[in-house]
Amino acid sequence: MTRLAIEKHRVHPLSRRDFLIATAGAAGVAFGFCPMLKAAMDPGVPHGDPQSANGPQFEPTLWFAIAPDGTVTVNIIRAEMGQHVGTALARILADELEVDWAKVRIVHVDTDPKWGYMVTGGSWSVWQTFPIFSRAGAAGRIALIEAGAKIIGISPAQCSAKSGAVQGGGRSVSYGEIARRAGVARRFTPQELEKLPLKPVAERRLIGKTTTALDIAAKTNGTACYGIDAKVANMVYARPKLPPTRNGSKVIAVDDSAARKVKGYLRTITLEDPSDTVPGWVMVIAESYPAAIRATDLVEVKWTPGPGATVSEKDLQQHAAQLIANPNGGVILDTGNTDTAAAFKAARATLEQTYTTATVLHFQLEPVNALAFEKDGLFEIHTGNQWQSLILPTLAKALGRPEVSIVMRSYLLGGGFGRRLNGDYAVPAALAAKALGRPVKMVLTRADDTRFDSVRSPSVQTVRMAFGEAGQVTAMEHHAAAGWPTLVMVPSFMPKGQGGAPYDPFAIAGADHWYEVGAQRVRAISNDLANLSFRPGWLRSVGPGWTNWALESFMDEAAHHVRMDPVAFRLKLLTGAGRNAGSAPTAVGGAHRQAEVVRRVADRAGWGSTLPPNSGLGIATSFGQERDMPTWVACVARVRVDRATGAVRVERLTIVADAGTVVDPDSARAQIEGSALWGLSMALHEGTEFVNGQVKDTNLNSYLPLRIADVPELDISFIESTEPPVGLGEPGTTVIAPALANAIFAATGARLRHIPMTREAVRAAIPGQA
Amino acid sequence: MTHFTINGRAVSVEAEADTPLLWVIRDDIGLTGTKFGCGIGLCGACTVHVGGRATRSCITPVSAVADAEVTTIEGLDPAGAHPVQRAWLALQVPQCGYCQSGQIMQAAALLKDFPAPSDQDIDAVMAGNLCRCMTYVRIRAAIKRAAELTRSGKT
Repeated sequence: MTRLAIEKHRVHPLSRRDFLIATAGAAGVAFGFCPMLKAAMDPGVPHGDPQSANGPQFEPTLWFAIAPDGTVTVNIIRAEMGQHVGTALARILADELEVDWAKVRIVHVDTDPKWGYMVTGGSWSVWQTFPIFSRAGAAGRIALIEAGAKIIGISPAQCSAKSGAVQGGGRSVSYGEIARRAGVARRFTPQELEKLPLKPVAERRLIGKTTTALDIAAKTNGTACYGIDAKVANMVYARPKLPPTRNGSKVIAVDDSAARKVKGYLRTITLEDPSDTVPGWVMVIAESYPAAIRATDLVEVKWTPGPGATVSEKDLQQHAAQLIANPNGGVILDTGNTDTAAAFKAARATLEQTYTTATVLHFQLEPVNALAFEKDGLFEIHTGNQWQSLILPTLAKALGRPEVSIVMRSYLLGGGFGRRLNGDYAVPAALAAKALGRPVKMVLTRADDTRFDSVRSPSVQTVRMAFGEAGQVTAMEHHAAAGWPTLVMVPSFMPKGQGGAPYDPFAIAGADHWYEVGAQRVRAISNDLANLSFRPGWLRSVGPGWTNWALESFMDEAAHHVRMDPVAFRLKLLTGAGRNAGSAPTAVGGAHRQAEVVRRVADRAGWGSTLPPNSGLGIATSFGQERDMPTWVACVARVRVDRATGAVRVERLTIVADAGTVVDPDSARAQIEGSALWGLSMALHEGTEFVNGQVKDTNLNSYLPLRIADVPELDISFIESTEPPVGLGEPGTTVIAPALANAIFAATGARLRHIPMTREAVRAAIPGQA
Repeated sequence: MTHFTINGRAVSVEAEADTPLLWVIRDDIGLTGTKFGCGIGLCGACTVHVGGRATRSCITPVSAVADAEVTTIEGLDPAGAHPVQRAWLALQVPQCGYCQSGQIMQAAALLKDFPAPSDQDIDAVMAGNLCRCMTYVRIRAAIKRAAELTRSGKT
């Protein structure tokens, strides 16, 4: 479903234009002289400063260039936030190009419109880029073979490419030499590109082979360059004085008399924001950041608060529950037969349960920040960001200047996790720089960052199932109410459900599962009170991070309701028939592949074995993020519960994933490790609540993400596959909470229906302990 | 004016006495490998060595390091090849990398106290270092690898 939205917005040059293979005329790409102010960032060198090419470069496509020494520079439009994305993408291209990995460099480019639409999220990067970079590499290889053949003086058919050289007739000419000689011109139409022969899987030299990610070395010696490290001459520091509400606050009065005693304090400005991104923001400006921190604490501002100033977590959840109780609200997804009423009426038995999740913070470790200034008619924004193409139009509106006169430079992200999909933090820095007429470096303190977070909305979900003869499932309903980030931030991205009504795919995906359940009704409901009171965000694993909590907890309850083993119950419903058969290109095999990861994980985890008292195994499975990009994943959690205290010790997480072709195996494993532990952290350790319109926990004194001592043993394995690659950054997150809840039930009989599952809640739920 | 040594170099800084050492290192001295995470000493991203001891620079006033020897990630090893750094690279520990300067500085200090650390030692010492990407499995393995590298380097 999100594919609709992506295609609408995707403006990859490859999909729009002919693909020109031609030599670059003059010298290589020009880079800025200052290491901190550049058009592109190479995470493989100290401070990210790309080396200028020595001599003319061969730039056969937008996506890579070959220098005279044979170095291949691959241009990456995706943000590096820990997934080593540049390494994975460059290996796809380099494999088809037939170049040695040691010769490959990557640069993360700025927002020059020539790069097309820039977003890094949804676990889409490899999935979306694989076909484009495969063909870019193949087209380059063909052009180089033709040029090399000409130099050698034989026909291209007599030549082949290997290790960065064209070979034929007993001679070899390096790609670098071809780059030096220039004179290559070759054009591929989109139709020709589509038909380009890609290498057989058996001939891949880089894809699927282990490597060291190019960005890692700089991250071990202090030279990695993040947004917070950006500097420019003559810049001042800013910290915001945050208004009482995220939306609609208005400044009545500002008193900075106490702040004036702070050494280095300069002034306080009230932002005028035509884009309404940061209403009621006041920026405190100083010569140093510590001075800005101190002065901000001393500035006194009076506001008229906007909506939600008194809202509580309970208000938000009660409102969500009321919305679910109203059968007429929300949007019904197209899941085939959505008429469940008859089946429920005729049912021999029914089951209904409600599941909730608390507000969750991103808490990416680098607080949001941005450096902004105008130079030579261009407004430059230096910051780490995941969705440049979303915030650029907003910046244009805020600054009152055309989008083409604004550029965002790329930096490493000190954690993304979806927080930096929302680039709202670039706006106040830009407005302050415009107002002051000099560069402004804005950094949020941790508490500021948390209060300004686009949190994962709290949610309420009610799931119902109808059973016929012998426990046969005849119908299922899933109703989910939460804040809708996509409605608030980019409504044009919303696909349409029944009746043409738009809905937020990132607040329902996962509920439209691959189980065969007869009539199926999936209803997405926007919590308008949430949307009004704060700015809901996309957080790692988005919708499936919480819809799957309800779905897979419910599947366990349903299995027990019909007295079936939870693994057998799931396998019985994963028939792979009808709409769950799957289709090309990326969902080949459908529910059969989900069934396979379920079988494998059960086998690996010793499902059915006898465990000590108060220990239990719980299973959960999902298809990752979206039906048309399924990453099949299953987890068995093994827990031990202390009945007296309710403390849950997670002993082992066994995870099996089928992500199709795995491009970079070690990074893929790292993504499953990290995403699974994110799931564990949210299930047991995190969660906050709204109190008077603000999140209650703003720092690590009370917000308690997973630490090293609570990390369980991880047993992670991948299904060997040559199917197209899909996403890996998030799917691991989706299965953990329900697997844990199901394991706690198996260990103690306690059924938890809210995350985080605190020890108090576990203790209270243990039969006989209340 | 506060005088101290950083990565073997003598410096004098004009920052006010109560300025957190973190900002002096990052903004006045210009070494940005040390990171700002929580500002209250609970995430460990700002960890440096003061007199060889792991110290949270975000809650350490610069006056507290007068005449002391401060080491940051940039000065841990002249070639960036401290056993901990080599182990970090070999096991590809970093993801986003933002906390890793602090993790590495904390781990280097740990190995001085516990040359052959147990899981319990690692849990106890590394508990103060948050990794939001959750690279903990590799941090644990890399500390053990670094201990091996240190031992083999001595023999």
